[in-house]
Amino acid sequence: MSNQTEEIKKVSIIVSRGSLDGVYPGLIMSNGARMEGIEANLFFTFFGLDAIVDKRMDKLSISTVGNAAMRLPWGQKMPTWLGIIPGMASFATSMMKKEMEKLDVPPVREFLQMIKDTGAGIYACKLALDMFHLTKNDLWEGVDDILTVGDFYQKSAGGLILFT
Amino acid sequence: MATKEILGKVLEIDNDGHLKNPSDWNEEIAKALAAEEGVGELNERHFLVINYMRKEFQEKGDAPSIRKLTKESGVDTKELYQLFPKGPAKLASKIAGLPKPKGCI
Repeated sequence: MSNQTEEIKKVSIIVSRGSLDGVYPGLIMSNGARMEGIEANLFFTFFGLDAIVDKRMDKLSISTVGNAAMRLPWGQKMPTWLGIIPGMASFATSMMKKEMEKLDVPPVREFLQMIKDTGAGIYACKLALDMFHLTKNDLWEGVDDILTVGDFYQKSAGGLILFT
Repeated sequence: MATKEILGKVLEIDNDGHLKNPSDWNEEIAKALAAEEGVGELNERHFLVINYMRKEFQEKGDAPSIRKLTKESGVDTKELYQLFPKGPAKLASKIAGLPKPKGCI
């Protein structure tokens, strides 16, 4: 149990979801790691890949359908059936973007550039790319490499792996 | 209250090891702290960051976010991490004689 108090020196964060609320935690945690001097790698897989697909990364949204924690602007719980009304998802997304901006959280593209500039690695999952019929050309220019699971474990050696 | 001797002066420090009173700080203390933290010799770019952080802290009561810092100080993210390789949140605020930033960004 002695290593419980050992400092974290390195993290590898997997982003597997492609909604705005699915992507941000991984970005915030990797940036926060670098701010603390912790080495960080970001690995995008499955729908999380959308965050580094150039044509999609500026259009991530939050899902109002099936989101039981969704609340209306005045704090009341939103009935889940309301989520299917056209325009609800884009309304909720723009609300969230506004709130993030107030907290100085940048939009996804700017945030990824910032994280890259901190020296963190940004990687795409090979299997997910193949599955979605995407190639390197579809990815944001800042992506460092396309990795297999094996490559990912090698890159993550000696650090913690966080799945988001 | 924990204290620490820096350049012959006994100064109060907080739980993170940062100076308790930002007013105890001066450039000589910054240099001593930087040497202790392995940052090496401070140049004018380091002081650009440090002085901007101190100004923000005096005005707002907290250190600025990295995004704000890089937009307003003229030091971009890449350079910031070159200046403070072990992490700007921890290091720059400590050397600037400020508490650890409260924000997550």
